[in-house]
Amino acid sequence: MAFPHRPDAPELPDFSMLKRLARDQLIYLLEQQHEVDKLYKVENKPALSSNEQLCFLVRPRIKNMRYIASLVNADKLAGRTRKYKVIFSPQKFHACEMVLEEEGVYGDVSCDEWAFSLLPLDVDLLSMELPEFFRDYFLEGDQRWINTAVQALHLLSTLYGPFPNCYGIGRCTKMSYELWRKLEEEEDGETKGRRPEIGHIFLLDRDVDFVTALCSQVVYEGLVDDTFRIKCGSVDFGPEVTSSDRSLKVLLNAEDKVFNEIRNEHFSNVFGFLSQKARNLQAQYDRRRGMDIKQMKNFVSQELKGLKQEHRLLSVHIGACESIMKKKTKQDFQELIKTEHALLEGFNIRESTSYIEEHIDRQVSPIESLRLMCLLSLTENGLIPKDYRSLKTQYLQSYGPEHLLTFSNLRRAGLLTEQAPGDTLTAVESKVSKLVTDKAAGKITDAFSSLAKRSNFRAISKKLNLIPRVDGEYDLKVPRDMAYVFSGAYVPLSCRLIEQVLERRSWQGLDEVVRLLNCSELAFTDMTKEDKASSESLRLILVVFLGGCTFSEISALRFLGREKGYRFIFLTTAVTNSARLMEAMSEVKA
Amino acid sequence: MDCYTANWNPLGDSAFYRKYELYSMDWDLKEELRDCLVAAAPYGGPIALLRNPWRKEKVASIRPVLEIYSASGLPLASLLWKSGPVVSLGWSAEEELLCVQEDGVVLVYGLHGDFRRHFSMGNEVLQNRVLDARIFHTEFGSGVAILTGAHRFTLSANVGDLKLRRMPEVPGLQSAPSCWTTLCQDRVAHILLAVGPDLYLLDHAACSAVTPPGLAPGVSSFLQMAVSFTYRHLALFTDTGYIWMGTASLKEKLCEFNCNIRAPPKQMVWCSRPRSKERAVVVAWERRLMVVGDAPESIQYKQLTIQVLLDRLVLRRLYPLAIQICEYLRLPEVQGVSRILAHWACYKVQQKDVSDEDVARAINQKLGDTPGVSYSDIAARAYGCGRTELAIKLLEYEPRSGEQVPLLLKMKRSKLALSKAIESGDTDLVFTVLLHLKNELNRGDFFMTLRNQPMALSLYRQFCKHQELETLKDLYNQDDNHQELGSFHIRASYAAEERIEGRVAALQMAADAFYKAKNEFAAKATEDQMRLLRLQRRLEDELGGHFVDLSLHDTVTTLVLGGHSKRAEQLARDFRIPDKRLWWLKLTALADLEDWEELEKFSKSKKSPIGYLPFVEICMKQHNKYEAKKYASRVGPEQKVKALLLVGDVAQAADVAIEHRNEAELTLVLSHCTGTADAATADKIQRARAQAQKK
Repeated sequence: MAFPHRPDAPELPDFSMLKRLARDQLIYLLEQQHEVDKLYKVENKPALSSNEQLCFLVRPRIKNMRYIASLVNADKLAGRTRKYKVIFSPQKFHACEMVLEEEGVYGDVSCDEWAFSLLPLDVDLLSMELPEFFRDYFLEGDQRWINTAVQALHLLSTLYGPFPNCYGIGRCTKMSYELWRKLEEEEDGETKGRRPEIGHIFLLDRDVDFVTALCSQVVYEGLVDDTFRIKCGSVDFGPEVTSSDRSLKVLLNAEDKVFNEIRNEHFSNVFGFLSQKARNLQAQYDRRRGMDIKQMKNFVSQELKGLKQEHRLLSVHIGACESIMKKKTKQDFQELIKTEHALLEGFNIRESTSYIEEHIDRQVSPIESLRLMCLLSLTENGLIPKDYRSLKTQYLQSYGPEHLLTFSNLRRAGLLTEQAPGDTLTAVESKVSKLVTDKAAGKITDAFSSLAKRSNFRAISKKLNLIPRVDGEYDLKVPRDMAYVFSGAYVPLSCRLIEQVLERRSWQGLDEVVRLLNCSELAFTDMTKEDKASSESLRLILVVFLGGCTFSEISALRFLGREKGYRFIFLTTAVTNSARLMEAMSEVKA
Repeated sequence: MDCYTANWNPLGDSAFYRKYELYSMDWDLKEELRDCLVAAAPYGGPIALLRNPWRKEKVASIRPVLEIYSASGLPLASLLWKSGPVVSLGWSAEEELLCVQEDGVVLVYGLHGDFRRHFSMGNEVLQNRVLDARIFHTEFGSGVAILTGAHRFTLSANVGDLKLRRMPEVPGLQSAPSCWTTLCQDRVAHILLAVGPDLYLLDHAACSAVTPPGLAPGVSSFLQMAVSFTYRHLALFTDTGYIWMGTASLKEKLCEFNCNIRAPPKQMVWCSRPRSKERAVVVAWERRLMVVGDAPESIQYKQLTIQVLLDRLVLRRLYPLAIQICEYLRLPEVQGVSRILAHWACYKVQQKDVSDEDVARAINQKLGDTPGVSYSDIAARAYGCGRTELAIKLLEYEPRSGEQVPLLLKMKRSKLALSKAIESGDTDLVFTVLLHLKNELNRGDFFMTLRNQPMALSLYRQFCKHQELETLKDLYNQDDNHQELGSFHIRASYAAEERIEGRVAALQMAADAFYKAKNEFAAKATEDQMRLLRLQRRLEDELGGHFVDLSLHDTVTTLVLGGHSKRAEQLARDFRIPDKRLWWLKLTALADLEDWEELEKFSKSKKSPIGYLPFVEICMKQHNKYEAKKYASRVGPEQKVKALLLVGDVAQAADVAIEHRNEAELTLVLSHCTGTADAATADKIQRARAQAQKK
């Protein structure tokens, strides 16, 4: 298990530098600059500290400003004076200051900034930890975080040299890329003459591929995220996993040797692997029997600690597996996966629609139902009007009328739409085509279809061969392509795009796909002379997801890397999954 | 061979001096210097002369002339003085000429006689007139000290950041002091003045009498005082012809000298040569010059840095020379050539006789995109000279759109500023401009501007959503965006309103907006919600319990759970709940109640629209196998196997699957065959499969 990398695969760059940098900055900021001696989590409750000074390290969110203002005003009412400092990370926004001003506390608060944008979650994963990026940009059209993304890219290029080959797709990607280039030009010289360490960078917007992000994850790491929610690279396993009355916080990264071997595996293999591992471990313990004193001494001093550590990790992951199995191996989950696969492949649409309807009627889960509706819409180019109305009606009856706003959001983001009523479109088209030549009429049709932001998933899937033809069983133990992350049913679109572009070193020959993605103006290739890039660096690829990426996508690309002798590094605004995307779109009563 | 010592003269016992001409002055002065106000800038800077200053006896029609020469006497500027009477001239550290008028107004001129600005030394000075004034230099910049007709001092330590200080009164001072000077100690400017035999030190707070250590007795008045350039040393000349030299702190005497000349000297100054440890005081009378030296002592000499040198060249508009020096010294572009070019450009924009186009083109040709040159700074200078159009042209060369914004705002080109801010991708900058626009334009125009800038609009909307809900509504209204307006009212119906009637009213507005948006679906759904809300309220009144804010589904479920079946059915009919949903709902609720009798009655009320497999499932979820089996028998053939497996009857499931000859079903049953108990069943299936293959 955990297939090794090819011997010629490049080494990953050392991200520990970033970690050190962030830690040192933070310590300096808090201890030296602001004389902080105790840390509390910012929660929406009164401050208990009796200190003379309160220092807040916060994201520049209006909600946080209101909270700070309420604390200050409460102190004022109580006749208490102290110093307040707000450190904004990654930057201060004017709107935040305005809120402080409007709440009448601007004069009482001093502000500072901490330009922190990259958190290394793992040896190959950097996160900006900005989950709000997705909603702010893709729903509200708010570009405030683009600057942060640009700063992050700039920091990477100052640390790891220029990127000789750049590819990207998506509106946000294009804008970020252009601003980044401008910044690099202005600060010329910093990267000039440096040898590139990372040969390629590929940027893409989350809305280029919503489908992949909305699929149920079945690779271990993704499944753990879907089931328990991984936060900042660690997860809280509750009593049902630890089989004690306490929860356990576990860091999930390459340093956990057990986890590292199963993280990219299809779930069906994981339990078998873990029990084999447990037997091996037992055997190693058993070697104690029949040892003489000297051997025993050696065993205790050298091996026992490692074994115990492994034992602990094993029991954690076995517990997690059991808990997942309890939830996911029920008939319900099988049916769910079956429906998803049907949607991806585009058969039995009626049956799937009824399944979704039943899902809503039974109030199984508001988020899951939304996800299925969106998957249906994305794969079918929108729902037919009848289904669009009835599914929404059913949903409102189940979960309340405020979700009218949720549907409005989903429509705006292009996640849940109504098929353009064919009649009106054709009527206009035929009228127009009578007036002009056929070629012009074709162009007008194109214009019409690009007017409605439509997903052309079916055609794209065909072009890129996203649904592998399976003769017999797909052997999930020995995956043959990236589809294994979805049980062999579907190759993630985002990952396939990356694979194709890397193979061609450009978007050449992918014009039709790009057009179907409605990204004709938004896909670019930018190459500089490669004479300085070593062949090793040219097999190192940084993939940047603006709007979030899923663990399944990461696993798929890790697999691709092993197959081709590449190494992928990931930079994402946040790690996401279907539930997080849906929650970002949902309107909830406060 | 020349005799090097020939022109050296003895000075005292051990020192010699010589006098020789470094260069001759190029000027051609018609008047005697004694008739002029003269000011020479430090570090070999320019010299300013004001000819014909006011003499009471002269006719006013002869206007004085202000002339500026370089240190070597090259004329730099000459202009007729048209302002008021000047009391004193002096150069600031930035080589700006400060002309202190009698009325306390200080006029500031550039090296080339260009008027820069003026400021006043305050009302008190205006009223009492200026008797005497000094321009002095500190580490912060250049200051002005004024002695008024009321014998009071006013000073500003830095004319660049004008803060006027009125110094305390000197007790009993009835006439002007015989001499005075400014001192700078511990970063604070003081005034030292002599009144008769007494010396006073004035600081911000107090006036204190001071005595120089080791001062010879018999002094009845001080005729002159001189402080060194660095404010470290002080020299005093008394009416006894005695010179005292010491530290400016008045803590130490360096030396003293009696020259036996009792006439007041015209001038007394400290002088020292670069790197020399010797300092001397030069005293000048009408026809006599005397040099008084002291014992060697280390002093620091601060060299002109290369940056200051370049600044000086730039001030003298010797741009090519400055650039050559930069190139020769290989200074980095940003510190060297770029900076000088930028200065040149700032000079260029002041040439009013050249058209905007030509100036802009000339600047761009020379500067191109030299790193470190800020076109926005140059544009700011153009704007300062009143050339707004030129400023805008220059800004177009500024590659960083964000840098253009502040000046555009200043020039009241806010809309252009908005587009530039958007181009920069810096949302914060956009927001800043928006707030500007909001104050500058009326609401209608402001909204109109937003309408044309989607990015700014969404930014502003985001802000309003959190902070200015009413504005948000106005924005939607303005745009006839009925869809969003509807959403706005929907949100208000549960976030802002508490009373049922208020909430219904908000929903009504939402529904109206949705109709206008031609979103019939949302309108109908909203109307349904209005009905539901009213009904929930009534239910709470009649039945008690909690209904308001439940979804329709949950409302009906609550009714069923509460045993109000009739009402539940009525509600289901009223709101056209589909049969399928109602069946799922009742099935789940009755199972939750464990009311198996009622459930069975319900199952027989008519043919189930969801089939009977759900009955089996739900009963099993409640762990009631007995009830589950009842329904398993009623499950249709398609789902029979699943039902039998659910109730754990593997053997019968196998029989049905074999009967159906359905491979998928056989596999499913087989996967449920666990342990020895099902071994026979598994065998049976395998046999059936084998048989099927034979055929």
